[in-house]
Amino acid sequence: MNGGFLGQALIYLLAAVVAVPIAKRFGLGSVLGYLFAGVLIGPSALGWIAEFEDAQHFGEFGVVMMLFVVGLELRPALLWRLRGPILGTGSGQVFGTAALVTAIGLAFGLTWQEAVTIGLTLALSSTAIVIQSLAEKGQLHTRGGQAAFSVLLFQDIAVIPILALLPWLASGKSASHGVDTGHGGSALTHLPPWLQMIVTLAAVVSVVVAGRFLLRPLFRYIASSKLREMFTAVALLVVVATALLMELVGLSAALGTFIAGVVLADSEYRHELEADIEPFKGLLLGLFFIAVGAGLDLGLVADQPFVISGLVGGLIAVKFIVLLALGLGFRMGWGSAFLFAFALPQAGEFCFVLLSAADGLHLLDVAISAPLKTAVALSMAITPLLMLINERLVQPRFANLNPKREHDEMPSEEADVILAGFGRFGHIIGRLLRAQKFQVTVLDNDPDQVDLLARFGLKAFYGDASRLDLLTAAGAAHAKIFICAIDSEEKSIEVIELVQKHFPHLKILARAGSRQHAYELLKRDVTQIQRETLGSALDLSVDALRTLGFGAHRALRAARLFRKYDEISVKELLLHYEGDQGAYASEARKHIANLERVLQEDHHPESRSPEDSWNSAGSR
Amino acid sequence: MARVLVLFAHPALHRSRVNSRLLDAARKVEGATVHDLYEAYPDFFIDVPREKQLLLDHDVIVWQHPFFWYSCPALIKEWLDVVLEYGFAYGDDGTALVGKRAMTAITTGGGAEAYSPEGFNHFTIRQFLTPFEQTARLCGMTYEEPFIVHSTHHLTEDEISAHAERYAARLDQLVAESSTREEQP
Repeated sequence: MNGGFLGQALIYLLAAVVAVPIAKRFGLGSVLGYLFAGVLIGPSALGWIAEFEDAQHFGEFGVVMMLFVVGLELRPALLWRLRGPILGTGSGQVFGTAALVTAIGLAFGLTWQEAVTIGLTLALSSTAIVIQSLAEKGQLHTRGGQAAFSVLLFQDIAVIPILALLPWLASGKSASHGVDTGHGGSALTHLPPWLQMIVTLAAVVSVVVAGRFLLRPLFRYIASSKLREMFTAVALLVVVATALLMELVGLSAALGTFIAGVVLADSEYRHELEADIEPFKGLLLGLFFIAVGAGLDLGLVADQPFVISGLVGGLIAVKFIVLLALGLGFRMGWGSAFLFAFALPQAGEFCFVLLSAADGLHLLDVAISAPLKTAVALSMAITPLLMLINERLVQPRFANLNPKREHDEMPSEEADVILAGFGRFGHIIGRLLRAQKFQVTVLDNDPDQVDLLARFGLKAFYGDASRLDLLTAAGAAHAKIFICAIDSEEKSIEVIELVQKHFPHLKILARAGSRQHAYELLKRDVTQIQRETLGSALDLSVDALRTLGFGAHRALRAARLFRKYDEISVKELLLHYEGDQGAYASEARKHIANLERVLQEDHHPESRSPEDSWNSAGSR
Repeated sequence: MARVLVLFAHPALHRSRVNSRLLDAARKVEGATVHDLYEAYPDFFIDVPREKQLLLDHDVIVWQHPFFWYSCPALIKEWLDVVLEYGFAYGDDGTALVGKRAMTAITTGGGAEAYSPEGFNHFTIRQFLTPFEQTARLCGMTYEEPFIVHSTHHLTEDEISAHAERYAARLDQLVAESSTREEQP
């Protein structure tokens, strides 16, 4: 089935639109959805698409854009702070894995050139899959996520010398073939090496300088034209131009656009750029993942099931061990180390490039490189599953039981109040209640926070409030009230259900995050709740009204009135919350309109009109 | 020269026609300090030490407000309750206000004739103001003749201006007259 460009586009888009939402629905993440879609329409299954390699090359540009967006979110100062992990963890991972894989290759009787090539190739991981998956799960900024990101960044840089190394390895194996690798085919090859170096450096510097001094005025000029699509065009132009320049001098396009992104991270157009590039990035990455899925040679898997599964299993096992050892060696803690190790054990998209190059140089036999390519693709396809296993089965063990630190021992003194959560919300409650001479036992499961506050003389116990034994130790059986000031909404509900079940005498007061959280609490008959942002947002509104010329008392009254009616509306909307979304929205709109009307006719003594005032009646 | 403290209370000043004009007039009187209580304490959380210091710094206290339910707006009552403490304003050692003068300045919706035994409200303004008069007396202060603007809903702009001038003149007079305490050596 080949209907020309439109036909192909139809197939790709249809496959994505069908597969991705289903995958999301089952909690598998969009990457797996794209991969499945690719397998389905690829030559191994339905065979609806033919030249998926073109699609893959085109899709690789999505990786370039992704690194641009990642760069935009990474201010230079943050990048500088990551220099340790990038160099330390990154080099440890690449060289450690390469050495181990090379040793295994030698043991299986490969020549040392072949073994080194495979070792260096398989050391790389998939930037596309890992960053997309981590970002989707909101784990990119966790400790393990940052470490994974650092390693990926190091790998992106490492691709360049590895590519340069391949011809040299090939020349050592047999007579040199002088083959153009296709990738990294630099326009500078006729120049002497020192000049190449200078030109390369100059290219990088020009990206930084242009980003700082040329692009901002350009963006300002384009933005002032108020043509939305022009801004998008310029954003794309910047990415394409940077990528092209980098390829010209033989650097990785992804690395170049990443640098451009970092340079622009401080600019005022950062969010606009991100919003403009985002949809292109998403679709191109999707295309890339579909192509990877289509490239899975299921025929080869069927022919050599043991070889392929052995390769995939061995690859993941070796990389996993190296990663876990590194994670623990760099003192990440078990939870972060496992996240780190489960994120990066696959081979990456650059492996296809390197393996193809090695093919071209006759470094590797097709009998070796073909199963390797399939194993690489399979390992990438398995990654989202591995991360899911980590999230569902592995992490919960560390969330509840952090072997790094046992919970603190609590004295058996009788507390009036048990306060769970001593962060930016809870510590205020704790301080106020203690200042009023109440005995407050505070539990917080963030050891850093507990230690930090201890330095200011604020006592809290490290421990997880969702553990029954700790609640008992904290004196829940004798306390009067339980205050739940936990940040995480799921955790908060979990803890409250536990308290309701085992300590029904405790009066529960809870911090609510979102409106949904408030509904969940109300559903569980927790009526003493405070939405965490309501109070301060109303305070700021009062300041705004006063600045706009309202008297202090009038401004305060308006806020109080707002609060009162908003709280009533939350309770009434609870009835509609679980039903039809459309009905809920229309009901919510009605409440908002009502509230505005009430605020406009604030019933204050002086709001009476002279006509209906009893005073004026008397004056007649 | 006596120093006059105008304790002003109006919970909805933005709707006021008369009191706001009286307030403007008071602000221009030399020797008078105007203190807008609803602006300073919108949440009724009164800074008692600050209020006491203000009382000590002045010789005449004027409570200016609309006449709500034959009395003052709630914040003035709160002010009386928390500021005029035992040991400060009354009681054995409570002599801080002795010799000072106090006055009420009010606006009423009803006309003057409504405030009489035969009128709609059955009592005179002075009868309604007895709690303030006795409060002043208990603190050792002289209670001055109140300043009153009646029929506020029916006043024309010109009439309001005339009342504002009358109020300013009355405050000037309070500034000019010396308190008994000042006469003490």
